[in-house]
Amino acid sequence: MKLFSSIGAYLLMMKGMFTKPENFKMYWKELMHQSVEIGLGSLGIVAVISVFMGAVSAVQTAYQLTSPILPKETISQIVRDTVILEFAPTLVCIVLAGVVGSKIAGELGNMRVSEQIDALEIMGINTKSYLVAPKILGALITIPLLVILAMVLGIWGGRLAGSLGGILSADTYDRGLLENFVPKNVWFALVKAYTFAFIISSVSSFYGYNVKGGALEIGRASTIAVITSCILILFADYLLAFFIL
Amino acid sequence: MIEIKNVSKSFGDKEILKDISAVMETGKTNLIIGTSGSGKTVLQKCMVGLFEVDSGDIIFDGKDLTTMSEEDRKELRQQIGMLFQGSALFDSMTVEQNVKFPLDMFTKWNHQKKMDRVNDVLERVELKGTNKKRPAEISGGMKKRVGIARAIVLKPKYLFCDEPNSGLDPQTSMVIDKLIHEITKENNITTVINTHDMNSVMEIGENILYLYQGKKEWEGNNKEIIFNKSARLNEFIFASEFLKDAKDMRMLEEKGIIDNDRNMEDIMREGGANLVIGEEDRKE
Repeated sequence: MKLFSSIGAYLLMMKGMFTKPENFKMYWKELMHQSVEIGLGSLGIVAVISVFMGAVSAVQTAYQLTSPILPKETISQIVRDTVILEFAPTLVCIVLAGVVGSKIAGELGNMRVSEQIDALEIMGINTKSYLVAPKILGALITIPLLVILAMVLGIWGGRLAGSLGGILSADTYDRGLLENFVPKNVWFALVKAYTFAFIISSVSSFYGYNVKGGALEIGRASTIAVITSCILILFADYLLAFFIL
Repeated sequence: MIEIKNVSKSFGDKEILKDISAVMETGKTNLIIGTSGSGKTVLQKCMVGLFEVDSGDIIFDGKDLTTMSEEDRKELRQQIGMLFQGSALFDSMTVEQNVKFPLDMFTKWNHQKKMDRVNDVLERVELKGTNKKRPAEISGGMKKRVGIARAIVLKPKYLFCDEPNSGLDPQTSMVIDKLIHEITKENNITTVINTHDMNSVMEIGENILYLYQGKKEWEGNNKEIIFNKSARLNEFIFASEFLKDAKDMRMLEEKGIIDNDRNMEDIMREGGANLVIGEEDRKE
């Protein structure tokens, strides 16, 4: 029963966002602020994870491909496809669910508990569209860009690990990258990135916006937001793979 | 003027407000008093539209909030300023940005005009020169004053204050009370204050509504409250021995038993009411 009422409240929050802004300039400013917070704020962690993800992927693929029949280029092909199809969108978004999701839930939760949301409501501002919508739009703008960056850095990390570890030369790696490339995979990864960005931002906003109580509840809301986002990301990942691939 | 007509509000099975009617007068500081849990905050939140009433009407100068469209409500809210218990300042903004926020959102003024207004209100609340400070860098009393500045920057017709003195020392509380009272008079605002601070009641209580367990128990002003006949209100007001003594002294003063020309403070300093009034006198 609680699940259904939560879904209902979530849908009502989404519906409540679609109203005419009181002042477009202020909403635009907030959207830019959130884009910077979500995008630039997560850039470092995404870069580090992506490079190591690609590097580990290259080393482990080389470890498993022991057959002399298989050309070395296969390693870079496997790294490329796993990074594009799974690691960059899914793994990065799960990390972002922790980084961005807890930040959004914590920020909104704190605003709710300290009556800042009430203060905005009393001024006559639609807080769902002023506070929640820019976060969702900001995530939809920046998270796919971060995923694209993660793809590039992941593949580069594999190249670096391959050449530094003497597994395969940079030329061989590059040659492998160009073989059997399926552009659809990139589109599929972007569909996943947009879906996951929406899940992370909207679910975290929902839990933060509806915090009741004090500091303890803010922490609890952040944790629940991250857990729910992660589960929904994995569930959506399966559904998208099943229906699109 | 704000009229409250037969307002009731429940949360689940618990009835918080029971058929409350009152009038909040323009140009006066209207106080809602009562013990914790008496329904003061719920009544105020109903008045500003943060809670929907179950029944009854809340009428702002002839316009009923309970039947208003969302658009009309938005318009009305732009005429409402509110000071919250915890000030509710935006942490990420400076004092200046906090005060300027309603102007940015609802006016098309140029930057200079906005800044002039911001500086005017900051000067009015005696916070000149604090523009670039963040809420975390200022004291509780200053936060309240920034909250007042933000609440009045759009020149509202109605000002709501939820326990403006909570967490403040008595001296700062007096400053805040005085400021709210002066602003009310200067701008002819309908001010509604939730409080359980007896200093505020005595200083600025021009129209007082006492709530007891969600019901209106008494209505009057600061001159009448001392001599009220409500046992529950007296229990609330004279919770401390000091105030009980002060009341007894004032009654004796009224009856001419003690010297009217002598300052009450002097009498208290000399030994207080306990020396003057015995138990039997008190029973009278």
